[in-house]
Amino acid sequence: MRRTVLIALAILFAAIVIVLPVAAIFTRAFAEGLSVWAAAVTEPETVAAIRLTILTALIVLPVNIVFGLCAAWAIARYRFPGRRALLVLIEVPFAISPIVAGLCFLLIYGAYGPVGAALQPYGIQLMFNLIGIVLVSLFVTCPFVVREVLPVLSVTGEDEERAALTLGANGWQIFRFVTFPNITWALVYGAILATARAIGEFGAVSVVSGAIRGQTMTLPLQIELLYNDYNTTGAFAAATVLALLALLTLVLRGIISYFHPARGATA
Amino acid sequence: MTLEIDRITKSFDGDAAVLNEVSLTVKDGEFLALLGPSGSGKTTLLNLIAGLTKPDGGTLRLDGDDITTRPAGARRFGMVFQSYALFRHMTVADNIGFGLRVLKGKDRPTKPARRARVAELLDLIEMPDLGDRYPAQLSGGQQQRVAMARALAISPRLLLLDEPFSALDAQVRRNLRGSVRDLQQKVGVTAILVTHDQAEAFEIADRVAVMNGGIIEQVGTPADLAERPSSDFVRDFIGAA
Repeated sequence: MRRTVLIALAILFAAIVIVLPVAAIFTRAFAEGLSVWAAAVTEPETVAAIRLTILTALIVLPVNIVFGLCAAWAIARYRFPGRRALLVLIEVPFAISPIVAGLCFLLIYGAYGPVGAALQPYGIQLMFNLIGIVLVSLFVTCPFVVREVLPVLSVTGEDEERAALTLGANGWQIFRFVTFPNITWALVYGAILATARAIGEFGAVSVVSGAIRGQTMTLPLQIELLYNDYNTTGAFAAATVLALLALLTLVLRGIISYFHPARGATA
Repeated sequence: MTLEIDRITKSFDGDAAVLNEVSLTVKDGEFLALLGPSGSGKTTLLNLIAGLTKPDGGTLRLDGDDITTRPAGARRFGMVFQSYALFRHMTVADNIGFGLRVLKGKDRPTKPARRARVAELLDLIEMPDLGDRYPAQLSGGQQQRVAMARALAISPRLLLLDEPFSALDAQVRRNLRGSVRDLQQKVGVTAILVTHDQAEAFEIADRVAVMNGGIIEQVGTPADLAERPSSDFVRDFIGAA
């Protein structure tokens, strides 16, 4: 009895909070037929927004992987002053509201900020363009890879690396053959989560994008713009694309979990 | 290979010395045990010999060559870790062949040569058919033998064993003591074993160095130590075990 109630509650909660809203996006978007949806999605401004969002995600992803690996490695393998501080610092983006983060970037890197002002004479502008969008996206996504990789790296421990060292492997060989295979899955998970977040980020990006139509509008910003223009069909059509991109990362994650080898447990 | 340990000193972060001017000579082909309670410095000494830790002072010589500052990878010492430290995502065969695979340039044997060498070692540890298994699919005793084979694959100039029996249950432990000693004899490699177990040290080793508080209390054959302990500590430690 108690079990049934508990399960029913969980399902009900998921239905109200997750399933219904997501389903509503698709129903509303396709309400006027597939051709209307297709026309809305292929609207030049919307296409530009999709392109910008994907471009941003593609730039942010490798940077995240490299930074996340380096930071996780440093924290797991070395004892240095400021190690704990670094650990806390990496989590700051989780705690700070994205819109506040966006404002901070504007304050520092904007035309009137210290860095922005210093670069202006050289014709380098950091805000209200792709650079700004990439910078804040990096800010909001940087904890993901570290948070996934660090626990695995800590658990696998140094013994295997020390063994490889005594067997004559150099630093690169140790990383390539011993450490990396142990953390691959964690790294992929972290990268997928970070990408999903980068694609969907609204608050921070809205501050630094400058909202130039067809140029610096990412997909989430474009959706809000369409909605505020009373272009409900366009907004929901664009929203389906964003939802699909997010679902795609989830499906990827599912596929990867399915193939995740549990060594020794299977064969 | 003869290893000379000459007045080696080590302390961590300015604390009291973990090793205090330790001197010891390990003779060619000999099986020597470093015996002592935890905190006596025996594992630190082994890590220093392996090159995994740097000494604060003193010299290590191998057949007269000063190897004190030589990096671990260049020493070619085979090491068996307490946890075995097998590469969990590699098969047994890949584990054993690792040391050959990472050799540089012309030193690296061809793939068939490496495979032959791995097969040879699998025979040596009496696990000829288990090359395709993963470490997690092996028993503790099998894992320990794979760790031995992996260390021997590089034709080590010195074999270092860090409490290699501590993770095994009593029955397996007794059986494997003999097999480790046999392997060492067959290969003819100089070996150093770290242990806190007096019975183990006495059964396997030609000579035993009893360590306490960062110094070597006495070095001798098991018979020497039993008959003529040089200090109360040696008598108590050997007697108590």
